[in-house]
Amino acid sequence: MSEARGFLASHFDDVAQQHEASSLGMWAFLVTEIMLFGGMFLGYAVYRGNFSEAFSAASDRLDIVLGTVNTAVLIASSLTVAMAVHAASRGRQRALLFFLVLTLLLGMIFLGIKFTEYYHKYEEGLIPGARFRYEGSDPGRAAIFFSFYFAMTGVHALHMIIGLGVFLALAWAARKDRYSAAYYTPVELAGLYWHFVDVIWIFLFPLFYLLGRHS
Amino acid sequence: MNTEQTEFFPERREHYLNVAYGVKSWLLTTDHKRIALLYLGSITLMFFIGGAAAVLFRLELMTPQGDLVISETYNKLFSLHGVIMVFFFLIPSIPATLGNFLVPMMIGARDLAFPRLNLASWYVFVIGALLTLAAILAGGIDTGWTFYTPYSSVYSNTYVVITIVGIFIAGFSSIMTALNFIVTIHTMRAPGLTWFRLPLFIWAHYATSLIIMLGTPVVAIALTLVILERVFQLGIFNPQLGGDPILFQHLFWFYSHPAVYIMILPSMGVISEVITCFSRKRIFSYSFVAFSSIAIAVLGFLVWGHHMFVSGQSVYAGMIFSFLSMLVAIPSAVKVFNWTATLYRGSIAYDTPLLYGLGFIGLFTIGGLTGIFLASLGLDVHVHDTYFVVAHFHYIMVGGALMGYLGGLHYWWPKITGRLYPEGWAKLAALTIFLGFNLTFFPQFLLGYLGMPRRYHVYPDEFQVLNVMSSAGASILGIGYMIPMIYLIWSMRYGKPASHNPWRSTGLEWQTPSPPPTHNFHQTPVVRDEVYAYHKQISPEGKQV
Repeated sequence: MSEARGFLASHFDDVAQQHEASSLGMWAFLVTEIMLFGGMFLGYAVYRGNFSEAFSAASDRLDIVLGTVNTAVLIASSLTVAMAVHAASRGRQRALLFFLVLTLLLGMIFLGIKFTEYYHKYEEGLIPGARFRYEGSDPGRAAIFFSFYFAMTGVHALHMIIGLGVFLALAWAARKDRYSAAYYTPVELAGLYWHFVDVIWIFLFPLFYLLGRHS
Repeated sequence: MNTEQTEFFPERREHYLNVAYGVKSWLLTTDHKRIALLYLGSITLMFFIGGAAAVLFRLELMTPQGDLVISETYNKLFSLHGVIMVFFFLIPSIPATLGNFLVPMMIGARDLAFPRLNLASWYVFVIGALLTLAAILAGGIDTGWTFYTPYSSVYSNTYVVITIVGIFIAGFSSIMTALNFIVTIHTMRAPGLTWFRLPLFIWAHYATSLIIMLGTPVVAIALTLVILERVFQLGIFNPQLGGDPILFQHLFWFYSHPAVYIMILPSMGVISEVITCFSRKRIFSYSFVAFSSIAIAVLGFLVWGHHMFVSGQSVYAGMIFSFLSMLVAIPSAVKVFNWTATLYRGSIAYDTPLLYGLGFIGLFTIGGLTGIFLASLGLDVHVHDTYFVVAHFHYIMVGGALMGYLGGLHYWWPKITGRLYPEGWAKLAALTIFLGFNLTFFPQFLLGYLGMPRRYHVYPDEFQVLNVMSSAGASILGIGYMIPMIYLIWSMRYGKPASHNPWRSTGLEWQTPSPPPTHNFHQTPVVRDEVYAYHKQISPEGKQV
């Protein structure tokens, strides 16, 4: 335990207590995150029920190929995070660094594809607001669909960006050999966060891209 | 260490206040006790800003005509009052100050689980408060504290976006505090301190933290959607574009009704501590009081629709919400009856904290019973949006929450500062506040029942007498709030030094010197008994009390 003393904060009795507090804190934080997204999922569900035809028609305008590729990229990044946590728990420093960097890359690919999609929507005039152009039968309701699309995928993308910042910091610390098999709590907790962000996307993808799709 | 020698000379002993001096030692502290004092200063400032707005509109309401302010200004005044008092005073009031100070001490811990997160929460709170104050200086808002759409998201020409961003940010500060409490209570209790030996103050804060964590993110996202709608002209809540304004009310009240319990539950926790200590008895039926806090937290999430009985919500939803709202009366009554039963045949000492405690029980009962009136579908249609509602929630939020806050502040003042407050002045202030409060708000029940709507500054002549009574009460109440402000600050320097346990209380926080050392306890305490073991105490005369 002597090497553990360096990272034990003075207000905790022992490492086990500190670890328990940290991981409970992360789970509690994720509960608040579920409630944050929950408000938007509720709003989406209400309008999906009320305006289901307009929403189905509008969902045809999303790019299913890019959406599917992005889903695969994100799931792959969840795998690399799991590998990183595993490597950290075995004290394999180089593997940890490798998987952290791989996760960073996959996350950046996801965001790159996402912003490409946003740019296409901008070019097509599908950003809600004064310059919204939509040829379908129900432009007002389609605008609500796109409002939710941008708000929910936007908040999700914001979480991705924060996550990438976290992984950058972790990679930096891993390069300096801050983690060991005895202490890798930050890697573990960042992994939990990343899986959460992944799960949110697993719900967003079918709700926006697949449900009621015609083509 | 030798407590006998150092106890009455706090300046000779190192404690959390004299361990370091200077602005930096405060702004960069991670000591939960110092952060509590940072919060205490900030929310006191916000309280007096919110109070100043109330002074202005109570002055305006002295006469039926609008002779002090025009309607636009009046709208901004009550909006300012609501926003500041709800989001920047009442919600952080007890948890961020007394809770921050006491949660680690009551469970025998050296600090909260995440001390840096705790400090960050204060900075986040200050940033939110500064943004909201900036919006007020720029011209204020006129939406009320409820931000109903589409008025807030489309039509209002005031500084809605900055204000909402301020509230959004402050919300994260309360989430951080709540998360810290939950983790601390779960993982850092002293040896022997089982869940059913915890002080009821801790149970109340645990329940409050649950509400904050589950509710605040929802209002955060609802307010974010209002901002997006205002900035990008989205149509989520705008009926002209196909949106549903009622959806906003659902999302808003899903947080904002439980928020009332965020304000009152910590106060109930204070009252449980005070009642037991000043009647020298164990609490009547500990587990019922503990679980009633949890029950209030859970039921509180199922009643938000009672704010929308006349908003176009379905009648059947209204009936269910009406029924569920009445259920909240059960755990609330459990608390009131158990406190009363605790007092029964106790050796009661009428010190200031107990005066506030008794005031709380009376005023909370009135506020709670009128809440049952409002939960009834038919009666609510009659008094909806009248002064009856205003009086009801002030009995809960001021008569309840604020009385508990002041009672707690007095009770733990010797622990916080190491000084006693002047008892005579404190009793006078408690009495002034009680009388001023009732004179301010009781006439408003009558006004509302007679049909005077809230949020208007011009009213028919026949309402003047009651309005003048209310304004007169408000001025007494204002003086009542100034008195503690003055003598508490005075006592920090000139008050009599306090012993480690001036009330002969049984709580862990009283087993350590006043003011406590930075790490709270010289040795981690070991708990061997229930928390309110007053019946086993020996009185100073050597008799069992």
